[in-house]
Amino acid sequence: MEHCDLASKGISIKIFQQTPIPLSVEIECRAGELLALVGPSGSGKSTILRTIAGLYQPQAGTIRCNDEVWFDDRQSISIATQNRHIGFVFQDYALFPHLSALQNVVIALGHLHRNLRQARAQALLAQVNLKGLEHRMSDDLSGGQRQRVALARALAREPKVLLLDEPFSAVDQMTRRKLQQELVILRRNIKIPILLVTHDLDEAAMLADRLTVLHKGKTLQHGAPAEILRHPRDALVARLMGHTNIFSATIEGHYPDQGVTRIKCYGLLLELELNHSFAVGATVAWVIHPAHIIMHRRGRPSHGERENPVHGVVKELLVLGETSMVSLEIKGDDNVFLSFKTSAHTAKRNNLEVGVEASVSLLTEGIHLMPPNK
Amino acid sequence: MMDTTALILSLKLAFWTCLILCPVAIFFGRLLAWKQFAGKAWLEALIALPLVLPPTVLGFYLLLGMGASSPLGQFYFSLTGHHLVFSFDGLLVASVIFNLPFAIQPMQRAFEAIPTNIREAAWCCGLSRFESLWRIELPLAWPGAVSALALTFAHTLGEFGVVLMVGGSIEGETKTIAISIYDRVQAFDNTTAGTMSAFLLVFSLMTIGFVYRLTYRRRQQVRSMTGDK
Repeated sequence: MEHCDLASKGISIKIFQQTPIPLSVEIECRAGELLALVGPSGSGKSTILRTIAGLYQPQAGTIRCNDEVWFDDRQSISIATQNRHIGFVFQDYALFPHLSALQNVVIALGHLHRNLRQARAQALLAQVNLKGLEHRMSDDLSGGQRQRVALARALAREPKVLLLDEPFSAVDQMTRRKLQQELVILRRNIKIPILLVTHDLDEAAMLADRLTVLHKGKTLQHGAPAEILRHPRDALVARLMGHTNIFSATIEGHYPDQGVTRIKCYGLLLELELNHSFAVGATVAWVIHPAHIIMHRRGRPSHGERENPVHGVVKELLVLGETSMVSLEIKGDDNVFLSFKTSAHTAKRNNLEVGVEASVSLLTEGIHLMPPNK
Repeated sequence: MMDTTALILSLKLAFWTCLILCPVAIFFGRLLAWKQFAGKAWLEALIALPLVLPPTVLGFYLLLGMGASSPLGQFYFSLTGHHLVFSFDGLLVASVIFNLPFAIQPMQRAFEAIPTNIREAAWCCGLSRFESLWRIELPLAWPGAVSALALTFAHTLGEFGVVLMVGGSIEGETKTIAISIYDRVQAFDNTTAGTMSAFLLVFSLMTIGFVYRLTYRRRQQVRSMTGDK
């Protein structure tokens, strides 16, 4: 785990418990950093946010924010939610329905003098592009506008940490994109840790500086989104990151002079960048991102085809707008499929359709080895 | 035409009952809506008991509980020099007890309808538990509070069995409008009994109608709170 200097600004969370929700979590997030917690439903993402907020009390662990201890079971410390100074955007926003947008923000400004609250709330609403809608009741606001009020309300307390629990899940795709862009802009001026819970991997990869992958209450891997996507720790993380091209193989040999390691897999001999992590003869799992699978031009061989060529038959072809999703059954071995994307235009130009033969190259730098599946 | 002494006594009893039950209903309504604790079902059953128990049974036990030889009766005597039973104060204690379900249950339903994350959002905004109650929960639960008060008020005016058992029929002290109607019928004064009955009928109908209208409003508000339109 990366070290976070708690003397500076940041939050460190350690939670351990067996029941009622098993949790074994260690997370750190620096000031100004956006950390996304990703994982399937039931992985404990929201419980972690609630624990940080003091809305859920774990059996054991510590939560420290900057130089304050918010929770420590051994010292019997548990600071009340009201005194933690957190900003929390709930999944369904939880706006107070009897109050206007402005009053929803004013109510969170209790730390300011009464005379200053109104102006500050107006400034916060303007910051989230809600100028002119201050007096609307939450019922009269759209989903996106409600989310903005919730964000302004969360920022009103001048929080020490901002917690976002699936904040974009209840709005349509277009609004979501807009809100995501606004968050990116807003972040520039917020120098506090931001924790974002999401089940949308694209969203996490787009917005977060770092990801924490969770499964059944355990942190599996931390790191930059691109790093976790390309180098998942194991097959489980790979699956949780949305990989479908996960296979097993044995190490055929390491060839330092050529700078490659070769693996045997379903009768194929594949090359990847030299990797001494596994001994010759060892069984491994490997993964390749669809972006590292390059389709050969059908009927016109080219130079690049020497790089891990794999031949097969197209078993499925899904056209999704400008992109075609291809599932290729590898020749010689039944029921082994490679999935990759190609542009709809390329698929059409190559007369790609179900049942035809096709060849692809697996780029050596795209093959990532992992411990074998348990 | 109308036994105004009995009517004023009934209104006085209803007013004081509502005033006492208001904080009680908020406390127990909130407790039962949000807290899980051992014996919760039994507490709820105890509160609901006056709904199903014959008024004579409830009256009998209240009579025993407040009698001159009971601890409560003795305590009251030591304080005031008067007996609790067959007095207005005794009637008020009985009225508070037999109105518990009418006051607590609507409050409980109103608090239950507030989503948990609204309260949590209030705490995250820095509001203390009391501020959260005062500024968020009660404004959202007010239709429940008004329902509770209206039902309690109307039910107090109409209660007969318990009042007769605990209070008897002492003019200006325990003779409520419901008892007065009974007395008038016994005395073959159907005109006065009819006037007072009509008054209670119209008053009760107005109250229940008012409560139902509030309930519809509350449903709409709950829908907006949960985003279900």
